[in-house]
Amino acid sequence: MEDQIILKVEAVSKSFGGLLAVDKVSFHVEKGELLGIIGPNGSGKTTLVNLITGFVRPDSGKVFFRGSDITGKKPYSVAALGVARTFQMVKPFYQLPAFKNLIIPLYSPRVKKLRGGKYGERDDVAIDLLEEVGFERDSFVPYKVASSLPHGYLKRLELARCLALRSELLILDELFSGMSMSEVASTLPIIERLNGEGLTIIMVEHRLRELFRVADRVLALNFGSKIADGSAHEVMESEAVKAAYLGSEAES
Amino acid sequence: MAVRYRKERLDRGIKARCEDMFALSSYREMLYLSLPRVLPVALLLTLPLLKGVVGLYWEKVLVITCAIALLALSWDLMASVGLVCLGQALFFGSGAYLTGFLNHSFNLPYFLTIPCGTVGGALFCTFLLLPVLRLRGVYFAIVTLTLPLLLTRFIEASKILGGNEGLSSLSPLPNIWFECYVAVLAVLICLFGFRRLINEDYGLVLQGIRDNDLAVMSGAINIYRFKAQAVFIAGLAGAFAGAFMTHYYQFVGMPAFALDYSILPLTSAVLGGAGTFAGPAVGAFILVPLSEALRAFGTLRVVFYSAILIVCVVGLPEGIFHYIQRKYHQFERLVEVR
Repeated sequence: MEDQIILKVEAVSKSFGGLLAVDKVSFHVEKGELLGIIGPNGSGKTTLVNLITGFVRPDSGKVFFRGSDITGKKPYSVAALGVARTFQMVKPFYQLPAFKNLIIPLYSPRVKKLRGGKYGERDDVAIDLLEEVGFERDSFVPYKVASSLPHGYLKRLELARCLALRSELLILDELFSGMSMSEVASTLPIIERLNGEGLTIIMVEHRLRELFRVADRVLALNFGSKIADGSAHEVMESEAVKAAYLGSEAES
Repeated sequence: MAVRYRKERLDRGIKARCEDMFALSSYREMLYLSLPRVLPVALLLTLPLLKGVVGLYWEKVLVITCAIALLALSWDLMASVGLVCLGQALFFGSGAYLTGFLNHSFNLPYFLTIPCGTVGGALFCTFLLLPVLRLRGVYFAIVTLTLPLLLTRFIEASKILGGNEGLSSLSPLPNIWFECYVAVLAVLICLFGFRRLINEDYGLVLQGIRDNDLAVMSGAINIYRFKAQAVFIAGLAGAFAGAFMTHYYQFVGMPAFALDYSILPLTSAVLGGAGTFAGPAVGAFILVPLSEALRAFGTLRVVFYSAILIVCVVGLPEGIFHYIQRKYHQFERLVEVR
C-alpha cells in the first residue's frame, strides 16, 4: 500500500527563536483523501503547510511527496512537482484583471508541459478555470481588476490559481476564513467535486462544521504537536481536542 | 451655502471608440491611435538630419542622450521586476571595457567588438548580480551602487585594462550618420521591444514577481531564473550603450563606471514616469540636453539644473509621461457637489 501514500511527513520540527512552532509532527496522506487539519490559533497549522510547501525549511524531520524527498526544496520546485497551496492572507496580483492572475501559473514550465498552449489560448483556459470556481463566465467579473473584487472572490481566485497548476495535492490554508456563509456554501461543493474527481486535498480550517462534513480524516494540532488523528467523529470525541479548544477541567 | 466643485476625470469618447473595431472607422480614430507611436519615431529619425541647422555639437549631444536613454530603459526594465538598481554604470562600464579590450588587444573592428561587448558585458553583469538577486528593494540597490565603485578600484589597483590611464586611440566609428542613426535605432528598438515584452505573458510574470514574489513561487515559477533573464535583457541595453560609446569616444577608462551613468538614468526615469519605458526615454531626452544647454551658466549650471529637477519632480510626482498620457486619453471637468 506504500504507493497509495502521496504525502508522508516524518517528525518535522520548526522553531522560531525560542518558540517551538511545530514539534515532531508525523502524518501521511493517501491518494484521493481529504485530510482536515484543525487546531486553536497559533497551534502551528500554517507553519506546517509552509514546511510542506518549502516556504519554511524544517529544523529536523523529512517530507516525502510520492516517495521522493522534498525536504527543504524551494517553493517553486515543490509546486512544480505538483503540490499547490492557497495562502491564508490572499495574495492576488492586485493590478491585474482576475483572469490575468492565472496567466502566471499557466506560464510555468510544469503547466506548459502538461497543457501546451500559446498566447491567447492561455486567456481562454484562465476564463474556464475561473468559471470552475464560481466566477460568472458571461459577466464582467473575470475581467475586473483584482483589487476591485470582494474578498470571497479573491479567496476563490486563490483556489483557481492552484487548479491552474493541475496539481496532485492541493493544500487549502483556511480557504473559508473571511468568507460569508453563502460564499462558503457555494465553495464547499466545488471542493467536494474536486475531491470526487480524485484530487488529494489537505484543508486547514477553523470552520469545523464545514470541515467535518467533507473531511475523510482529521488531524488536530495544539502547541505544535499532533494531539489527535482519525475520523471526524473520533477527533471530535477526543479528550485532548476538547481540552485544547475549551480548556481542561483542571484549568477552569 | 457656497457651491462647491469637485474635479471629475472621464475618458475621451475617442479613446473608448478606439478600443474596438470602431478604431478603423475614420482617419481621426486611426490618427488618435497611431500618433503617439509615429510621432516620436518620426521625430527621432529626423533629428540626425538637422545637422546643418543645429550644428555638430548638438548631434553629439543627441548620441549621448541616446546612451542615457538606453540606460534609463534598462533601469525601468529592472524596476518592473522589482529590482531597484542604482548601478546602471555597472552595465555601461562592463560593456565599455570589454569592447575597449577587444579592440585594443586584438584589433577587432567595431562591428565585431560592439556585439561582443554587448552580449559579454550583459553576461558578466548577470553573473555578478546572480548571488544578490534574492535581495529586494534597498538592499539590492546598495549592492548595485557599490559594484561599479568596486570594479573601478579593482582596475586602478591591479593596473589591468590600462589601469588609471584607460585604453585610448581605439578605432573610430565610420561617420556621424552611422553614429546618430545607430544610437537612435537602438533606443527605438529597446523602447518598443521592452513595451512589447512587458505586455506579453512573459512580462506578466515579471510584473507578478515585483508585486508578489511568494504568489509567483507558489505558481511553480522559478523567480530567480526570471529575474536573471530580466537582468540579462536590461544588461544588453546598458552594455550596448557602453560598447557604442567606447568607439564613439575612441577611449575607455575609469569614467565608464562613473556615478553619472547610475544617477542620470534614475533621475530620467523618475522625471519621465517609471514603469512605462516611454517615460524614462522622455526623461532622458529632457535632462541631458537641458544639462548641456545650461553650460552657459558656468559653475552655476548644477544649481539651475537641480532647481529645475526639483520643481519638475514636486510639480509632477507621477512623471511627465503619465501626465501627458492622462491628458491625451482623458478630460477633466468641474462638477457641482450637492
